[in-house]
Amino acid sequence: MTPTSLIALIIVVVASLMMAVFALLSRRSPFSFREIAPFRFIRRSVSMVVEDGSRLHVSLGRGSLLTPFGAAALAGLSMLRRLGETTSTSDRPPIATTGDPVVNLLAQETLRTAHESILKDKPFDPTQGRITGLTPFSYVAGAMPYIRDDEVSTNVLIGNYGVEVGLLAEASEREGAAVIAASDNLPAQAVLYATTPGSLVGEELFAAGAYHQAGSLHSASLVVQDVLRWIIIIVILFGVLFKLLGVL
Amino acid sequence: MKRILSAFYAVIAITVGVLVLAGYFLPQFSGFQLVLLDWAIILAGAALLVGTGNLFIVHFSRVRARSKGYLYSLVLLVSMLAVLALGAAQFTGALNFTMNAILVPVEISLMAVLTVTLVYASIRLLRNRLDVKTGVFLVTALLVLAGTVSLPVLLGFSIMSEISQIISQVLAAGGARGLLIGIALGALTTGLRVLFGADRPYGGK
Repeated sequence: MTPTSLIALIIVVVASLMMAVFALLSRRSPFSFREIAPFRFIRRSVSMVVEDGSRLHVSLGRGSLLTPFGAAALAGLSMLRRLGETTSTSDRPPIATTGDPVVNLLAQETLRTAHESILKDKPFDPTQGRITGLTPFSYVAGAMPYIRDDEVSTNVLIGNYGVEVGLLAEASEREGAAVIAASDNLPAQAVLYATTPGSLVGEELFAAGAYHQAGSLHSASLVVQDVLRWIIIIVILFGVLFKLLGVL
Repeated sequence: MKRILSAFYAVIAITVGVLVLAGYFLPQFSGFQLVLLDWAIILAGAALLVGTGNLFIVHFSRVRARSKGYLYSLVLLVSMLAVLALGAAQFTGALNFTMNAILVPVEISLMAVLTVTLVYASIRLLRNRLDVKTGVFLVTALLVLAGTVSLPVLLGFSIMSEISQIISQVLAAGGARGLLIGIALGALTTGLRVLFGADRPYGGK
């Protein structure tokens, strides 16, 4: 085993143990997190979807699960599950669009689970999960008509995108629909900051579950991220110090 | 029965996830990892076929129901079947033509539209969200642009290029690394949640 692999293994094991411990602690006394405006905005918009009988559109981007970008898609699917449960009772069921075939299958399954947990008698329509295109711009071009034509009042764009996400955000703004957007790609985050007030920055994308009461492990994972971040900050600071002192 | 199936899926998913993860660290598991990743690639190929079918069904039902914007769906269906026919007949030249003369120019046109959209969004940002962060964002963008473009009016100010380099290579690079570390930690804990069975995108619970 190489030293890098050993360090990676230690990080994974320590993070797993911390998650288990913090999840137990979270069950005893739940953690409180700072307020993130877009998450409050999502809750309000989703309530509006149910009240006015419009539709929720969750865009999961085009991150494949076979690549490192899959984590953003998994975070989006977790969000889809929560929002799908809430909006399944709307007159128009939620739709999810993806640019990756595997994520599309998972989106259909997630929507089915959310649907069956609320509406047991009504049959599920698998076309609520839709693949719209496999290249960045074909995906966006394929998703834009749904925003315009399907009575969508809230768009949640959460996953892996490039700068092309600006077109989706702009299409939503043009239709007067609420937009909440997050990407793991830095240029896309800059574009989203410019195009929509409801944009999430950095790792806030992965905090969605904890802010939507998805369970103790979601809250625990957020605390673990914070602990690991502080450890990394301390290591960087010591690295700088040792470099200045000529030790490294 | 559903609960049993759900638990069964979770056991399979977690076992496969742990084996693939272990393959990165322990050489004894790398054989399992390779086999499982090969299976995943084959399944992804099958999912692509399912996805294509899904795209066809969605747009076919829009055309059949004469939904709003159904003409676009009709164009998509005709194009899809035409490209499929060209591929089946092995007209490689025609397929290359479709790619180079239609798909690539359309995507480049969308890129151009995006440029205009972003300029408009930046102007709107000043109107909708006038705060310190927005000011810093726009001033930074303008300084980097001024240091990058070759406008005659800026030729005499070589300092703009240096300012642009300091912003993009020192300040922005530092900030970007911080954000990337945060995203990497988020990706790690998201993966662990799937391994713990807390997130089950494959259904159940």
